[in-house]
Amino acid sequence: MDTEILARIQFAFTISFHYIYPPLSIGLGLIMVIMESLWIRTKNEQYHILAKFWTKIFALTFGIGVVTGIVMEFEFGTNWATYSRYVGDIFGSALAAEGIFAFALESGFLGILLFGWNRVKPWVHLVATIGVFLGSMFSAVWIVVANSWQQTPAGYHIVGEGMNARAEITDFWAMVFNPSSVDRLTHTWFAAFLAGAFLVLSVHAYYLIKGRYVVISKMAFKIALGVATIFSLMQLVTGHSSAEGVAVNQPAKLAALEGHYDASGPADLYLFGWVDNETQEVTGIKLPGGLSFLLHQDFDAPVTGLNAFPEEDRPGQVNAVFQFYHIMIAIGMFFIGLTLFACFLWWRGTLFETKWLLKIFVPSVILAQIGNQVGWFAAEMGRQPWVVYGHLRTSEAFSQAVTANQIVFSLVLFFVVYALLLFLFLYLLTKKIKHGPYNEDDNDMEERTFTKEITEQVANTLNS
Amino acid sequence: METLLGIDYPTLWFLVVGGVFSGYAILDGFDFGAGAWHLFFRKELSRRVALNAVGPVWDGNEVWLVIGGGALFAGFPVMYATFFSGLYIPFMLFLMFIIFRAIAIEFRSKEEWLWWRKMWDICYSVSSIMLAFLLGVVMGNVLQGIPIGPDLEYDGSPFLGFLNPYAIITGFTTLFLFMTHGAIYLLLKTEGKLFDKLEGLLKKAIILFIVFFLITSLYTLIYIPHLSDDFKETPALFIIPILTFLSIANIPRLAHKKRFKIAFFFSALTISLMMVLVAIELYPTLLYSTIDPANSITIYNAASSDKSLGISLTMVAIGTPLVLGYTFFVYKTFAGKVKLDDHSY
Repeated sequence: MDTEILARIQFAFTISFHYIYPPLSIGLGLIMVIMESLWIRTKNEQYHILAKFWTKIFALTFGIGVVTGIVMEFEFGTNWATYSRYVGDIFGSALAAEGIFAFALESGFLGILLFGWNRVKPWVHLVATIGVFLGSMFSAVWIVVANSWQQTPAGYHIVGEGMNARAEITDFWAMVFNPSSVDRLTHTWFAAFLAGAFLVLSVHAYYLIKGRYVVISKMAFKIALGVATIFSLMQLVTGHSSAEGVAVNQPAKLAALEGHYDASGPADLYLFGWVDNETQEVTGIKLPGGLSFLLHQDFDAPVTGLNAFPEEDRPGQVNAVFQFYHIMIAIGMFFIGLTLFACFLWWRGTLFETKWLLKIFVPSVILAQIGNQVGWFAAEMGRQPWVVYGHLRTSEAFSQAVTANQIVFSLVLFFVVYALLLFLFLYLLTKKIKHGPYNEDDNDMEERTFTKEITEQVANTLNS
Repeated sequence: METLLGIDYPTLWFLVVGGVFSGYAILDGFDFGAGAWHLFFRKELSRRVALNAVGPVWDGNEVWLVIGGGALFAGFPVMYATFFSGLYIPFMLFLMFIIFRAIAIEFRSKEEWLWWRKMWDICYSVSSIMLAFLLGVVMGNVLQGIPIGPDLEYDGSPFLGFLNPYAIITGFTTLFLFMTHGAIYLLLKTEGKLFDKLEGLLKKAIILFIVFFLITSLYTLIYIPHLSDDFKETPALFIIPILTFLSIANIPRLAHKKRFKIAFFFSALTISLMMVLVAIELYPTLLYSTIDPANSITIYNAASSDKSLGISLTMVAIGTPLVLGYTFFVYKTFAGKVKLDDHSY
């Protein structure tokens, strides 16, 4: 294989793996802030125990997120040297801002969050938790800004020609608030909240089904359900807004997302389908003119299709882009239905008796992860063949000085190490979940040795 | 070219990058050093105390690496690109060991099994040693120069090009410097038998460091003449190596008097002075080309636009007090000897 494809595989592999963890950290951060605030407000010790429990799981995700993130920062230089020279003037400052404004904040307060429970006052600890949470939110800001600039460059001009061409910044705020930044950032944030909320929902649904830690699990489940419902719905708004932005700024990507080839005719909206790039046909269930309607409120409005672009300027893997995009949407829709229905039962007062519904929540955490991954894939593969949209092709961006063998070496190394990391992560996560939220000295709160019946009785008394 | 207080922007950014990497060397230096000693401690309790001495701060220390990487990318993208693609293998190894070290710290205490803890202990210690060594190796390559072609791309052997006698010597120098620095840090955080043991280890580390520092200095003077050009032109600069020697000599003196807080200050000062030496030797070159000095990457042919540097300088001006603020707060919270509780590793 040649250097380009190897470099792309390496980047895709390392970023996908990395991208499991930061969304979890952001989402769990939000939930921890809520739990800890409730503890300080209500003085209910159960919230304290919940916050400590989720902090421990957060520590796992954060640790892996950090180290795999450091890899990403240096991979731009190791594997994408030409790209780095081209965008350094712009991309570099966003990356440096991430380090100095965001990562420093979260890592600075992390020590207090993890080890400071007995050393600082509760409100100081809450400040540290909020610091870590805000730090992770700001990290997302700068990373998404940098990535969005690649999708929709703004605030720059090109200096030099040919191999020496590079982008130079002309307007910092135009770069930061480039046409896709805000849509993509809110969409990414909310997806991260969902990743965290669905992990919490999954774990506590599991406890509720098993009849363990019932009181505390109901409290946690309600918090996470609130977060999940609000942001599942909000994703409709940010998602729609993103699609409108893509239609304007990256028409070839939008056409690929819906498999729309006709250069400028009305475009259909597919529920699902299969794209044949050769025959330019999509087989599946569609709403005719649906995409035209979504974008222009008119079923007959023309939408730019793939055929409007020369072959070499279109994404090559149209079917893959189409599938990833539609899986993301399907998962989003499923989450809206699931959370709204759960809220309805909560209002009716039968949520925690509806075991089958709780059983759906347990594996849903995987869907949240898949949603994040495929959303990212659709966004990145839809941008191809450009690494900087309209300016620098991916095929020109990799390191000239690096050989295919070097990349194979690092790829194998990463593969082995990341496989080990994933295994350890899942193993320790499972262990923590099985151990449950209580420590030995918390036994008087809700004893692990309680039988199911007694726990239920306590729960009913507390609820009535 | 824009200037501030008579200094041009690329030079200012050179100072910023140098400052950040000095901060990184001082901070991660002591926790790599502490990790390097880990296998010298035999008892489980000693190992836990030593691990928890760096527990709440190592992650914050690594922030400086992230900021440094970002600063290099933002300020000198050409350097960033050539440097990391040219020294591909040592950097990939560095990243691997950083991962292993972090997960060893994170995972060690998660199981009680003997083999589990032993495995992570080895992982933690070996990674810490290798990270310190690799940082030194990279520094050696920067000082000596690497083969850079006229297109400013690395033009050397892809796999083992980074290993040469000078880089290996600077690797060991850095390792022993960090081990000295780390031993002093651990002396500040421990008591009892572990403390007594560390006093002995510190002495050995200082001797090894001084020996390697002298070898590095001689080797540099004899074999890498381009590094001493500035000193020949401006003899006043000799004040820096003299101060460095004095600072190094102060460490065993203070350690003997058991004044470890001030000794730690001097080991940190030694690291800063060595970085100042490196900066003087290099400036305005960032990466010397061993093929033809004309191909060298300097702060001028590698720098971002003045506009971009101005933005980055503004961010540094705003960000630095913040970073120092919460760094201070965290170190203050965990000041004093290590106390283990149920939140410890």
